[in-house]
Amino acid sequence: MTLQPRRTLAIALRQGYLIRGSVARLLPMFGWVAVDIVLWGFITRYLNTVTSPGFSFVPVLLGAVLMWDFFTRVMQGVTMAFFEDVWSRNFLNIFASPLSIPEYLAGLVLSSIATSAIGLTVMLLLATFVFGLSLIAYGASLAPFIMVLFVFGIALGIVGCALVLRLGPSAEWFVWPIPSMLSPFVGVFYPLSTLPSWMQVVARGLPPSYVFEGMRAIVLGGHASAHALAFGGALSVLYVFGACLLFARVYRQAVRTGLIARYSAESLS
Amino acid sequence: MTVLSVSNLRKSYGAVTAVDGLSFQIARGEIVGLLGPNGAGKTTIINMLLGVLEPTAGSIRIDGRNLATDRGAALMRTNFAAVYAPLPGNLTVAQNLRFFGMLYGVRGLKARIDALLAEFDLTRFRDTRCGVLSSGEQTRVSVAKAMLNEPTLLLLDEPTASLDPATAQDIRAMIRTFVAAGRSGVLWTSHNMYEVEDVCDRVLFLARGQVLLDGNPRTLPHEHGKASLEELFITVAREPLSLER
Repeated sequence: MTLQPRRTLAIALRQGYLIRGSVARLLPMFGWVAVDIVLWGFITRYLNTVTSPGFSFVPVLLGAVLMWDFFTRVMQGVTMAFFEDVWSRNFLNIFASPLSIPEYLAGLVLSSIATSAIGLTVMLLLATFVFGLSLIAYGASLAPFIMVLFVFGIALGIVGCALVLRLGPSAEWFVWPIPSMLSPFVGVFYPLSTLPSWMQVVARGLPPSYVFEGMRAIVLGGHASAHALAFGGALSVLYVFGACLLFARVYRQAVRTGLIARYSAESLS
Repeated sequence: MTVLSVSNLRKSYGAVTAVDGLSFQIARGEIVGLLGPNGAGKTTIINMLLGVLEPTAGSIRIDGRNLATDRGAALMRTNFAAVYAPLPGNLTVAQNLRFFGMLYGVRGLKARIDALLAEFDLTRFRDTRCGVLSSGEQTRVSVAKAMLNEPTLLLLDEPTASLDPATAQDIRAMIRTFVAAGRSGVLWTSHNMYEVEDVCDRVLFLARGQVLLDGNPRTLPHEHGKASLEELFITVAREPLSLER
C-alpha cells in the first residue's frame, strides 16, 4: 500500500480551516498553556524568595511544567483533529473515501505537529522573556527529551482516538484526563525515588519518566543518562506502533459490525 | 462494460441476515434503482459498496477492482451522496470540496471545484459554511462532492429526499447528463416512485435482503398485474410472497 501525502495533507488542511475560522479552537492552542506558564512562573518566583539563595526553581519547576504542557498539547493535537470528525458526524464521508488508516493517522499527527509547535513557541517566549527560563542554553541536548515526549504524546493521542472510536462520542471524557492520571507516575515535579515502589514499577514503563529524571539531572548540574533516555525513546516508539495497531484493530472491528456507518447513534456505548 | 459487479453478497448480524446472497451488475451508462421497504437492506448494501461495512460473504468489484483486496483503487472510482451523510457544517462549501477533492486525488482541483459550483448553482455559497445552508442547498453540495472525482460508480441514497420538486428535477437532469457521457453507472435508492420511473433504466426490488424483482420500471408493474410502480412497491412491502419467482 502506498501512502498518498496529499490525503494526509488534506486532514491537516481541514484542521487548519477549522482553527482559522474559530476563536474557540484557536485560543486553547496557546491560551491554557500561557496561563499555566504565568501561574507556575509566579510560583517559582515566590519559591525563590523563601528558599536558600543560589538555588533557582525556574528551570526545575517551570521547565518541567513547560515540557509536560507540550506533551499534553501533542496528545490533544491528535485527539482534537479526530474529534472534529466525531463532532461533525463525518465518519461515513471520510472512511468511504480512498483514504487509508495510515494516511488518516499521519494526517492527525501532522495536525498535532502544527498545533503543538504553536503552543510550544508561546510557552518558550513567555517562560524566557517574562520569567527568565533559558532552555535555549541547553541547546541541542534538549532535542531528545522533546522528541521522546512528542512521540509518546502521539501514541497516547492515537490510543485516545481508538477508545472513542470503539466506545462512542461520549468516551471523549475518558481521554481528556489521561495526562493528569499519568503525571503522578512520571515524576514531573519530583524524583521517581519519591514514589512508593509499585508506582516506580509503573513509572519505568512510561517514557516521560526517563525524560523528567534526565532533565532534572541536567538542571541540577549533573548529566542525564543517555542509556536511560534511549530506552525511553525506544519505549515511546513501541507505544506508537502499539497505538496504531490498536486503532487499526478497532477500525476493522467497526467495519465488521457496521459501527462506522451508524457511529453517531452510539450503538455500542 | 460493467462498473459494478456484486456476487453472492451476504451480511449477517449474529442470527439475523440483513442481505442474503445478493448478485447484480450495473453497466456503464446505466442508472439502477434499488427499491424496497424500510429495513429491506438498501443502506446495508450501500454501506458494503462504500467499504464501511464488511460483508459476511460474497464479492464486490468496482470497475474491475476487488473492493476487499484493492480498496483504495476501488474507492477512487466511487463516490456517493446520502441524505444521512451531510458534509461537515463547520466548513465552507469550497473548503469541503477542496478537502474531499484532495482525499479523492482529483487533478486540476481548483478548476473542477469552480465548474461544480457553477453547475450546481453554488457559486454564491462558495464561502458559506455548509451548516447554515438550507437542506436543499446542502443536498446540492453533497451531490457536487459526489461528482468531484467523476466516479465510475455513483451511489445515491435518496439524493432528492429533502428537495423541492423543481430542484429535484434539476438534480435528476444533472445526474442523467453525467451518466449520458457513458463512463459511469449509478445505483439510486428512492421512495419516490415517480422519480424512479423518470430516472432509472432498471430497478431491483429488495425484500428480506434478496432481489425479488429485476426489470424496467416502466414495464415491470404491468408484468406483475399492477397499475403503477407505487402499487408494485406496496405489494413488495406487504405481500412479498405473492411476487416470489
